[in-house]
Amino acid sequence: MAKFALNVNGKTHSVDADPDMPLLYALRNDLGLNNPHFGCGLAQCGACTVHLDGAPIRSCVTPLSAVGNAKVVTMAGLGTPEKPHPLQTAYIQEQVTQCGYCANGWVMTAAALLASKKKPSDAEIKSALEGLKCRCGTHMGILRAVKRAAEMMG
Amino acid sequence: MTKMDKASAFSRRSILKTGGALVVSIGMPVGLDTVLGINAARAQGVKPPLTPDQLSSFIAINADGKVSAFFGKTDMAQGLFTAIGQIVAEELDVPFKAVTVIMGQTASSVNQGGSSGSTGIQFGGKQMRMAAAEARRVLVDMAAERLGIPADQLTVSDGVVHAKSDTAKKVSYANLIGGRYFNVQLEWNKKIGNQLYAPGKAQPKKHTEHKIVGQRIPRDDIAPVVFGTMDYVTDVKVPGMVHGRMIRPPVAGATPAKVDQASIKGIPGARVVHQNGFLGVVADREWDAIKAAQTLEVEWSNAAPPFPDQAAIYDHIRKAPARHRKIEKENGNVDEAFRNATRVVEAEYEWPFQSHASMGPGCGVVDVRDDKVTVWTGSPKSHFCRDGVANILGVPVAKVEGISMQFSGAYGRNDAGDACMDAAVLSKAVGRPVRVQYMRDEGTGWDPKGPASIHRVRAAIDSTGNIVGYEFYSKGFSRWDVQTNESRPERTLAGHFLGAPLKSEDMFGAPAEAYEYANKRTLWETIPPLLDRASPLRTSHLRDPVGPQLHFASESFIDEMAHAVNADPVQFRLKYLTNARHKAAIQAAAEKSGWVTRVSPRKDQTGSTVTGRGIAYAPRNGTIVAIVAEVEVDRRSGKIWARKFTVAHDCGQIINPMGLEHCIEGNIIQGISRTLWEEVRFDRKAVTSIDWMTYPILDITETPETIDMVLLNKPDQPPTGAGEPSIRPVAAAIANAVFDATGVRIRRVPFSPDRVKQSLA
Repeated sequence: MAKFALNVNGKTHSVDADPDMPLLYALRNDLGLNNPHFGCGLAQCGACTVHLDGAPIRSCVTPLSAVGNAKVVTMAGLGTPEKPHPLQTAYIQEQVTQCGYCANGWVMTAAALLASKKKPSDAEIKSALEGLKCRCGTHMGILRAVKRAAEMMG
Repeated sequence: MTKMDKASAFSRRSILKTGGALVVSIGMPVGLDTVLGINAARAQGVKPPLTPDQLSSFIAINADGKVSAFFGKTDMAQGLFTAIGQIVAEELDVPFKAVTVIMGQTASSVNQGGSSGSTGIQFGGKQMRMAAAEARRVLVDMAAERLGIPADQLTVSDGVVHAKSDTAKKVSYANLIGGRYFNVQLEWNKKIGNQLYAPGKAQPKKHTEHKIVGQRIPRDDIAPVVFGTMDYVTDVKVPGMVHGRMIRPPVAGATPAKVDQASIKGIPGARVVHQNGFLGVVADREWDAIKAAQTLEVEWSNAAPPFPDQAAIYDHIRKAPARHRKIEKENGNVDEAFRNATRVVEAEYEWPFQSHASMGPGCGVVDVRDDKVTVWTGSPKSHFCRDGVANILGVPVAKVEGISMQFSGAYGRNDAGDACMDAAVLSKAVGRPVRVQYMRDEGTGWDPKGPASIHRVRAAIDSTGNIVGYEFYSKGFSRWDVQTNESRPERTLAGHFLGAPLKSEDMFGAPAEAYEYANKRTLWETIPPLLDRASPLRTSHLRDPVGPQLHFASESFIDEMAHAVNADPVQFRLKYLTNARHKAAIQAAAEKSGWVTRVSPRKDQTGSTVTGRGIAYAPRNGTIVAIVAEVEVDRRSGKIWARKFTVAHDCGQIINPMGLEHCIEGNIIQGISRTLWEEVRFDRKAVTSIDWMTYPILDITETPETIDMVLLNKPDQPPTGAGEPSIRPVAAAIANAVFDATGVRIRRVPFSPDRVKQSLA
């Protein structure tokens, strides 16, 4: 066991845990942040995706010891109903999700793309999102929402 | 019929005699918005019993006039609750926003079957429509009494009953009954589940009067998802809760012979629960439970590897003795037709085991206490899940409450209910609330599977090219090795590991197409499961159970027949159909896609990338779907891109076109995935599809450019299902398009690049 100071969604939290424990379990169980989700524990699906200093990472395979002072942002920290991120707005407007269990992967990965690339092409969007899983088959809606968000961001 | 309780139990004010009917119960004006409120009210003995013959089991008017609709089904993520809210608001003449649909809670709803067979609207919505209509009738009668105006001179706007001639003469629903319960008896057909039906005396509205039904109303549960505030079953935290993980045998059929508890003694709070073949661990912290499950040293019994080589699975099916044979339909003299045929066309198709592969592996939280058991469940069938927990623990059902929670999409009988049974056994053993979530390898490695099968189809053709005989024969694993819900131990993994035998039942099915061949026979045979106990290849329902495989075969074969007689696939289908709605769906899809009448395959293409188009159609329990697929095939790599789909969809009256469109899109994408990629892999010992690498699904880079739709709204027809019908023809539409593009007929799913390349070689 070791103590970690985690900077999550702009606040610092102290967590006492096994250094090998993936960040996902600290977020969910120690910090009570119900998103992200456990999907595979293998970095294959994206349901656990958070930003680490702005880059999308899989929290299910990222040990606490590797987080350091990096700023962690979860989907809940991306925006609020009062100040939503354009992707959150676009997701609602496009009515994207079915079960929504996968949303962290798509939203957080697309948010990182849109932060670095204005008006990405369809191919660039698909390429950035490659490998993420959605079992309900909401892919068409995801692509519509990312394009809509890109337009909103100008 | 209305029910009268002891008169003394009523205050005079709350009893209204209307046409000989006592219609109102008494009670404190309690808020009914939440399940908690309902419990509080019931504790005062106010609520009629939660039985299907009570209007109060479906509808309540809160003190503020808002409506609670208690729905005994669940929404497996397609926004069903929005459509149910529209139906209830429509019949009650209240604003849509005034209705809250409370789904799948065993404390507040009766068992309407959970998510099952795309019947959410078809059956569940029908019942809610009748209940809401009855509630409106009763409220108008009460208003008639209150206002001294005959009921037929009253109408309702936004929850206020008023005189048609004078809107000032009015009384609100809130004023009439708000916060108290209906005490109205319905005509229950004495069935539970999907078939439950309990209408009152009221007739529902005519479709021409509909104002809310048919509207594109967005679902309101997307915001909580994207702002990270939605609570899933995985997020339930109960005081004192510990985390559980299961340990599955490395060889299916093996049992733990020796468990070395000392091997996990270094892990804080880790404990083993070992009962018969059931083996799990719990720990206070989730990560510790995971580590304990991985670390625990187990010696397994010697079990003979139970499975055939995967390469031999279809031979196994062909050769296995049939356990059950059923002729579904037979008309004319099929054998004679084949004897007299000028020509016989024959083909055989193969479909693999497929997995639900839900995004979230099964999860449930169970708190077993002496006086009460609570199960937080993401099962599609929460009432049956409650029953299962009661049965596996051996306690009365009345002692168990099932709290239905949001979870990742199930697409049939997935592993969500199994996880609750495991949690129940663990909770009873350790005396604490237990949360079990399976790991990914269990999610695809141990969920109930869609069955593998072969389909042999033959046609007798006469000298003029007419089909004069047709036989469709299926042979495969039953779709019911375990039943479609987890209500009994023998239907659950926990039950099997504890010693309940797997009781495989016989069920398959036949194509639902309506082609009118003069002599036609459809039949099926089932074979025994590969293992008679806890099996990672046990079968159960996977979205549109056996529909995709049956119609992959039947709708591929009709193209083979068309090819044999040089006919256009659309024209050939229409020639053998008389049902107007079926024909209209096919024509609509063809027209919208710009279908050009010609014989397949194309013969005008050279080069490595070729394109083609294919059509397939299928009815499903009243819904009719026709799909045109357009594909690109890279002949060198064998890779198929299903580029464009045109879907004509007739599910009778459309309640919410927006919800329907999203539902269809999901079906098409999952259908492409199951056609191009999905196959459960296994070796002699176990299932080897244990993650997303070994059970690949469609990637976003492979999604179609376009999914066009023609929604054939039939407002004068009852609504039928949409959750599954449009997945049904996808595989055949793709197969037919691949044939059109390449001239090669692929008869085995999935159409993975390797297999396609091989077929094209």
